This record gives sequence, C-alpha cells and structure tokens, in this order.
Amino acid sequence: MTALIETRPAVFPTQLTKHIGLRDTVSQTFTMAYRALIRLRRTPEQWADVLLMPFIFTFMFAFLFGGAIAGSVSDYLPALIPAIIVQGVVQASVVTGTQLREDMDTGVFDRFRSLPMARIAPLAGALMTDTIRYAAITALTMLVGALIGWRPGGGWGIVLAGLLVIVTAWAVSWIWALLGVTARTAGTVQGIAMLIMMPLTFFSNAFVPTSTLPDWLRPVADANPVSHLITAVRELTISGTVGWDVLWTLIGAVVIVAVFAPLTVRAYIRKA
Amino acid sequence: MITGPAIEAEGLVKVFGTNRAVDGVDLRVEQGAVYGVLGPNGAGKTTTISMLATLLRPEAGAARIFGHDVVAEPNVVRQLIGVTGQYASVDEKVSGLENMIVFGRLLGLSHREAKRKGLELLESFGLADAAKRPVGKYSGGMRRRLDLASSLISQPPLIFLDEPTTGLDPRTRGQMWDVIRGLVEGGSTVLLTTQYLDEADQLADRIAVIDRGKVVAEGTADELKGMVGTSSLLLRVADAAQTLVAVAAVEQVLGTTATVTPEAARVTAPMTDPERVTDLLIRLREQGIRLDEISVQKPTLDEVFLTITGHTAETADEAAEDEEVAA
Repeated sequence: MTALIETRPAVFPTQLTKHIGLRDTVSQTFTMAYRALIRLRRTPEQWADVLLMPFIFTFMFAFLFGGAIAGSVSDYLPALIPAIIVQGVVQASVVTGTQLREDMDTGVFDRFRSLPMARIAPLAGALMTDTIRYAAITALTMLVGALIGWRPGGGWGIVLAGLLVIVTAWAVSWIWALLGVTARTAGTVQGIAMLIMMPLTFFSNAFVPTSTLPDWLRPVADANPVSHLITAVRELTISGTVGWDVLWTLIGAVVIVAVFAPLTVRAYIRKA
Repeated sequence: MITGPAIEAEGLVKVFGTNRAVDGVDLRVEQGAVYGVLGPNGAGKTTTISMLATLLRPEAGAARIFGHDVVAEPNVVRQLIGVTGQYASVDEKVSGLENMIVFGRLLGLSHREAKRKGLELLESFGLADAAKRPVGKYSGGMRRRLDLASSLISQPPLIFLDEPTTGLDPRTRGQMWDVIRGLVEGGSTVLLTTQYLDEADQLADRIAVIDRGKVVAEGTADELKGMVGTSSLLLRVADAAQTLVAVAAVEQVLGTTATVTPEAARVTAPMTDPERVTDLLIRLREQGIRLDEISVQKPTLDEVFLTITGHTAETADEAAEDEEVAA
C-alpha cells in the first residue's frame, strides 16, 4: 500500500454542551440498539438457541407429560403453552446480562465511554434489542403450539399476553444487567442466573397444578411471581380475561425496574 | 480557537488496591504540540491517559483539557478529544464501515453523514477494500488504523494515542508516524504514550519520562539527552597507521581519554566543550592527519532512561511483548 494517509484539520467545536439532552439520549439509545441488531446479523448462532428452544420444549413437555398431567396432549396445551412461553422468555432474559458482560469486556466500550454520549445509552440500547428476542420466542412458541393443536380462545387477549410477557421479561432483564455489569465474567452471570432461574421457573405452576404439591411447597409455588405471570398469560390466552394476576405481574415488573434500573445504571457509570 | 495549554494536569493520583499506578503526575501540553509520555509497561501511562480522557476518575489532583476540568465537565472534555487505545477499541464482530457508522451516529451525525464520513476516513486510511469485512478478520495494523480513523470522526483538537505502534511492523509503524505528523499539521494536539524511545525522539516536541507512576524527567528530547551529559566525538582516520597519532592529539587537546576501534580506525572521545573541537581539527591538519569521517553522537534516549530510572526500558519492552504473545 503506497497510499498517503490524509488527515483532515482539527475542528474546535463551536458549541460545547455540558449535559446530554433527552433527545440525544433517545437517539443514542436507538443507535446502540441498531448496533446490537447488526451484531446479531453477524452472529446468527446466538439466535440458534432462541429459535430452537420453543420447538424442543413444547414438543418435549407436551408429549412427555401431556397424558400424565392432563389426560391428553391437547388438554395439556392451554396450560402448557403459556408456561413454555414464560419459561423461555425469562430464561432468555439472562442473555442480556451475559452479553452485556462480554460486550463490556471488549475494547469498544472504552470508546463509548470516551464519546460525548449519554452513559445510559449502551445499557438502554442493549435492553431494547432484547425485547425483539422475547417477541420471537413468544411468537414461535405460539406457532409451534398451534401446529400441534393449541387453539386459544382469548382473541386479543393473546396479543395482550404476548405484550405482558415481553414487558415482564424486559423488567427482569434489569436484574441480569446488574449482574452483568458487576460480575467478573459472563460465565459467572450465567451460573448465578441459572441457580436462581431453575428453581424459580420449576417451583411454580408452570408444568404441574400446584394442588399436587406437598403442603409446604404449595404456598411457595403459589406466591412465586412466575406463577402469577403464567396464570395471567393463561387467563388471557384461554378466555381473554384480564385478571388480578396481570396487575400483580405488572406491579412486580415496576418494582423490579424501580429497584434494579437505578442500581444497574449506577454500577455501570461507576465502572464507566 | 482558544488560548492556553491543551492539557494541564497537577498531582494526578490513581490507586488500584495497594498499587499506586499513578502517583502525582503533573503535565502541561501546549496546543499544537506532540507530547510524548515515555515509560516501560506498568509505569502508569495508560492510567494517566484514562484519567485525562475521563475514562477514570482521579483520586487526587486535577486535570483540565483546554481549560475544562475532566471531573466537573466530562461531557465537554469528551467533545474535544479523540482516544485511541492500546488495544483497538472497535467492535470485532461487525464491519469496519458499520463501526464507523455507529460511532458517527453516536457523535450526532445522521446515518447518511456517518456513512459518508466513515467511507471517507476508511478510504484515507487505506481500508476502503476492507470496509465491508468484519473487523475480526483485520490484521493488527488494519485494526489500529481503523481505531485511529474512528477517533478522528469529529476531527477533535486533542488526540490521545496510547501506544499507537506497539506490536506493529516497521512499515506500518512508519505510516502511523506519518499520520501523527499529518494530524499536527492540521492543528491537532497529540499526546502519545510509547515504550519506544526512538518513537518519542522522532515525534515528540516534549517528552515526559514516567516510571512507577511518577514523572521522573521532562523536557525536549535534546534536553533529556543533555541530562545524561556529554556527547561523543567520532573520528575516522583515513590512514589507519596514523590512528595512534590522532589519539594522542585528541587526548592533548580535549583533555579526555579516547578509545580506539582498531579495525575501523575509529577514535571516540567524550566531548565536553564543543569549542575545543575546532582546536583539535586545526591540530590534526597541522600534523597532516586526514579524516574520512567526523561526527558527533548524542546519547540515545535508552541511555537517558537508564540514567534517570536506574533500569532500562528494554527489559520492560520484552516483558510487554511476552504479554502480547500470551494474550
């Protein structure tokens, strides 16, 4: 290469702003979301699990437990599909944390920190893109369910159920984001998250009626926030009913965001 | 344009655990200059840059960039600087152009402008052909160029270059030097850190030698070399048979002990007072001794480093290279 590298003269900014306004923050968040999207396009393997999980879990649980728990596969589906959706999406929310950690370990975050941009934009952008992942899991699981005979009668309630799941998963992902910002490695995030998520999703009303559980476990499963979300989704998909569980779930989501979003942002800025 | 120095730092301190990585660093960099921060690995160069570039918060001391405090007005400072790190701060998974678009948009350009400017910069850095390839497939030199190109999107008046040529082959290193010179011609101020003594010597108007978190010497390359003391006078005698006569003349006139390399008929002597060299040359002419070559050798920065810090920079250099291989 013989090309002479030509550099442009320095420009001293005429207007220096001390703080970043809301408009710039929003546009920078969108840019970060755009970045996450082009990264996704370059690394499609990261989507493999997201796209395969709904198939595997729906088939596995429906045909394994359908007969034992509900008498037949088609009778089990109305209860099962909401459970698979919730489980899949909540598990997928962990990826927010692991990817954030991996991303922050690469040098590119040093550049983001040296740019005159809102400190929250990289976080907000990442969380925004993750909602696309949740939407994909929700839609795919519903599709797989429909293929094997799931016929929900909820009408618009099905759309509401999908939205409720996405909003809740987004709220939950703030927990993993905090873990991602503070943990040393992505593996740590994954490990801790699994430790919390496995009992939380299984000690719930996801796959078995809580009435079959021993006395000491039943109140735990009933109080489990995952149970509330699943019940809400079931009611919405089966009959389109907006029950108390929808409210409980939304309150839970708001509380999680109110607690974890400020903590995460603070931890991120301190690191940044 | 504003007046005053580009960088002013007083008593910067950063402690990591028990390690005082930066232990009271003062710097003053005038506008339009290339300022070199020279030191071995672990001397605190990167930490110092990180504090000046608002990436780290100093635990004590203060720093101002064009008069703006790095702690009180970080966002203003970020609008005035470009930072190119020791390890390329670009996204490996996406293409060079996509990197430029994201950075450009974050700097407030529209998608179209960001793309145009990105292509323009990639072109001028010889990366046009690789624009659409993922950065993960770039060579080390290409990555470094992309990194520098992304620091220049906003054409910042102050550019931090943290070891811009570490690990680059000599040709790419020469290109990087040309870029740095071009930046200064365009009116930018450049602060660069380096482990390479010749790099600081070649590029920097002023140099701070930093060791174990402290500035141990500061000045122009010549001033630093002057600290080590004398230059050496080198003579090559045309007729090797006359070498001993020449040595006698040197010792008489300069009053110092000369050393001789027999095979090359070369005489080397410490030169304390340049005035006396004239006397010496006249004496040699009177004695009919012809010279093939005469030169003055200044002490190298390596010697400077050894004198000031008590250890060489080379050992640290090797350690750094080992680390890079391991990494």
